[in-house]
Amino acid sequence: MSKYSVIGQRVRRVDGLEKVTGSAKYTFDMVLPNMLYGKILRSPYPHAKILNIDTSKAEKLVGVKAVVTGKDTPGRKQGIWRRFPELCDEEILCREKVRYIGDPVAAVAAIDEDTAEEALDLIEVEYELLPAVFDPLEAIKEEAPQIHDGVELNINVTRHIEWGDVDEAFRKCDYVREDKFRCSSQAHVCMETHDAVASFDYGGKLTVWTSTQSSYYIQRLLADILDLREGDIRVIKPPTGGAFGSKFELDSAQFCATVLSMKLCRPVKIVLNREEEFTATKRRTPMYYYVKLGAKKDGTLLAKEVRVITEGGAYTSMGATALYLTGFFSSFPYKYPNYRYDGYRVYTNTAPTSAMRGFGVPQAVFVGESQLDMLAHELGIDPIEIRRKNGMTPNHEVPGQAYIQSCGLHQCLDAIEEHIKKRGKLPPNHAIGIAAYGFMSGGIFNWFNTPYAFSAALVRISIDGKVDLFTGACDIGQGSDTTLSMICAEELGVRLDDIRIYSGDTGICPADLGAWGSRETLMNGNAVKMAAADAKRQILEFAAAKMGANIVYDLDIKDRWIHLVDRPERGLSYYDIVKEVIRGRDGEVIIGRGHYTPHRKGMISPAYSFGVQAAEVEVDPETGRYRLLNVTTAHESGTVINPVGIEGQLEGAIMMAGGYGFCEDQPMDEGKILNPSLADYKLIRSLDMPESEILGIDTYEPEGPFGAKEAGEGLTNPTAAAIGNAVYKAVGVRINDLPITPEKVFRALREKEQQGK
Amino acid sequence: MKKELRLVVNGQPYELYIDPKTLLVEVLRDHLGMTGTKRGCNSSSCGACTVILNGMAVKSCSILALQAHGGEVLTVEGLASGPELHPLQEAFLDHGAFQCGFCTPGMLMSAKALLDENPKPARQQIKEGIDGNICRCTGYNSIIRAVTAVVNGEYGVKK
Repeated sequence: MSKYSVIGQRVRRVDGLEKVTGSAKYTFDMVLPNMLYGKILRSPYPHAKILNIDTSKAEKLVGVKAVVTGKDTPGRKQGIWRRFPELCDEEILCREKVRYIGDPVAAVAAIDEDTAEEALDLIEVEYELLPAVFDPLEAIKEEAPQIHDGVELNINVTRHIEWGDVDEAFRKCDYVREDKFRCSSQAHVCMETHDAVASFDYGGKLTVWTSTQSSYYIQRLLADILDLREGDIRVIKPPTGGAFGSKFELDSAQFCATVLSMKLCRPVKIVLNREEEFTATKRRTPMYYYVKLGAKKDGTLLAKEVRVITEGGAYTSMGATALYLTGFFSSFPYKYPNYRYDGYRVYTNTAPTSAMRGFGVPQAVFVGESQLDMLAHELGIDPIEIRRKNGMTPNHEVPGQAYIQSCGLHQCLDAIEEHIKKRGKLPPNHAIGIAAYGFMSGGIFNWFNTPYAFSAALVRISIDGKVDLFTGACDIGQGSDTTLSMICAEELGVRLDDIRIYSGDTGICPADLGAWGSRETLMNGNAVKMAAADAKRQILEFAAAKMGANIVYDLDIKDRWIHLVDRPERGLSYYDIVKEVIRGRDGEVIIGRGHYTPHRKGMISPAYSFGVQAAEVEVDPETGRYRLLNVTTAHESGTVINPVGIEGQLEGAIMMAGGYGFCEDQPMDEGKILNPSLADYKLIRSLDMPESEILGIDTYEPEGPFGAKEAGEGLTNPTAAAIGNAVYKAVGVRINDLPITPEKVFRALREKEQQGK
Repeated sequence: MKKELRLVVNGQPYELYIDPKTLLVEVLRDHLGMTGTKRGCNSSSCGACTVILNGMAVKSCSILALQAHGGEVLTVEGLASGPELHPLQEAFLDHGAFQCGFCTPGMLMSAKALLDENPKPARQQIKEGIDGNICRCTGYNSIIRAVTAVVNGEYGVKK
């Protein structure tokens, strides 16, 4: 018998059939009897006092059932950093002041969307305009307008990380360089925009169906600010049309639909349109980076100093975590003996910046890997060699921060080196750039202040042997329903089609922090494995007694066959025994429970994945236009549970991260995003998509279920840097601010030409 | 003033009275309850609303329903015959050619229209055929592999 019978197999997704037949019902598709449609009025100004809101005309419009403003709410500010009340700074329906173009001020429920839209035009808001500030480098100055009362210099959060003696180490370096970089913003562009259907009943119970990454967070956050009990709120996550970090905070669709429904005791549906999605939901954090890097002549890295100022936008949201992670992962994936980071998140009158796939780390890797290539070039050392010389190895401790158990970085470097060799000599203006990276398998942070386990699962086995798996994990498209079902089937010894998964429904699933920080496979996977093992133990106890086996034998289940591990031919049918177990305990079904919270695993994450990526570009030196030809990735994520899933994450990340490096941006004028449509926001479509090769690397992570770790966000980290390094290698120009557009390459080439003359 | 609309959707004739400014996607989703067809942008940029009208892939958010009067529409709901899936659906399942699935109905219809017109497209033609459809999850290559598998006859030749 092979070691595993389910995990590692190429399987069809458990939600596949409903998705390819159009029968999957997203929140976007939901219609409830007696349902109303809501729309949200948003501030057209980046910074203004609200003097008065007159809703009387809107209320009189035929078909309008309710108009609400901040006065209809308990008026509480909310935020996801619940442990730190001063960081809960966002009022979803603003009462006194608006802080960015898109801040909600009122919401309407009407019999249809057109009527609700018409009513928005009838709401009269009197504003007193305030001076606004958009760039964090301006906002941090003494004379800048204050965006939140009592927040000096608009500094929202600061972070400091340090180990070793950085100043002393720089003195010992043969070579030190200082550089500045600017990392741009990026929109998540979920195909399903933010949406919610809220239904508050006459008995005071609320049900919310919504496209979310964490049903539990939404449940808890709604309870916090609406004076409801957690248990009176049920949040259900139907199939979700993408999230990428944008859907785990409470959003305006969820909140306004709920407030309206509470007023009317009728279901209310709000779907943000694409323009709102671009302008009034969160986005990737733009960052200004200063980095100093020192090495010995032979390329040994001795010290790194990083200072970052991030554009916070109007509210804290998840930006404080991005600030920390960009600082921590700026040291990755190398063994810096001396390291110092200072980060400042600064409020601005722009749309709030927050979590997006990679969570501050694509910025860190763009900066770090660009600068490392620059340093290697100056020292005349091969880019692979310098990474090999300094790269992390298994069982490495990052002082005071993290303990890394499995680490396959060096195998990844070998594989990419082999790949580059195979490509042979490339034509002129054509080059391969590389970038190395690492990422976490779920965060250990509890800024949310949950009293529950980080992950939990429940397994229920009924009389026919079918298994119901309940978990608060949220499948947002990444495939966690499939991966977790595979883990459950493997541990229990049944087949994948024996499992039915119920996920992301707070009414029936145990609380779980949800899908963020690449945590589901490891954290929820451990909880599922534990729950399945608990159920299996109950079956095996009975089977052992029934078989009268010598107690020296271990029992296990594989492919629905309960057997002695050392004598697999001696066994019993899983189905038969399940029936008897249930009969034997007075008809009580088999329930297995599992949970996981990381302990003694440092400050950041219980495990880290690593990888190296190679991007191949062809640049036209006349126009600066370049094509991304091939992106090859060696990523190690421990044991591969779901190979089709990993391939999808890898290739998909290239589209998003390549876009970050190549074309995606959100230019602004006075706080107004200038390209809030899919016609104007450029992203990689099929014709621009490079070939994508995947080089599998074997590792085993002791902390993960069956040895698995993350394969979600880490893959978003290297591509921008690899593109930048490839462009430099191809035509000799270095672009320090993202995205690396052909226009910037063109200008840099002309400048280089001028200097050469 | 409402107008009469007659059209055939997935082989079934319908007769409706609609506001003339109603979009085809609204008739399909809101009047006929066929929510398989999605809307991602309403500016004909994302392709989530792609259906086949009289043999051509069209973006149903950018067509007035009355422009389809007397026409035949095929949506994702009409792709399988009963429990029997269309080869493209089988191939999408095997190749992991979707994740969140929101773009998938439109992507399938673009691919179907392409193969109806040209049963043996080259790789570049497949890329062109789905260039009007944004997928934020997969990076397209698995979709291209799935369509290629159908082109290569790996899933039979059902129309």
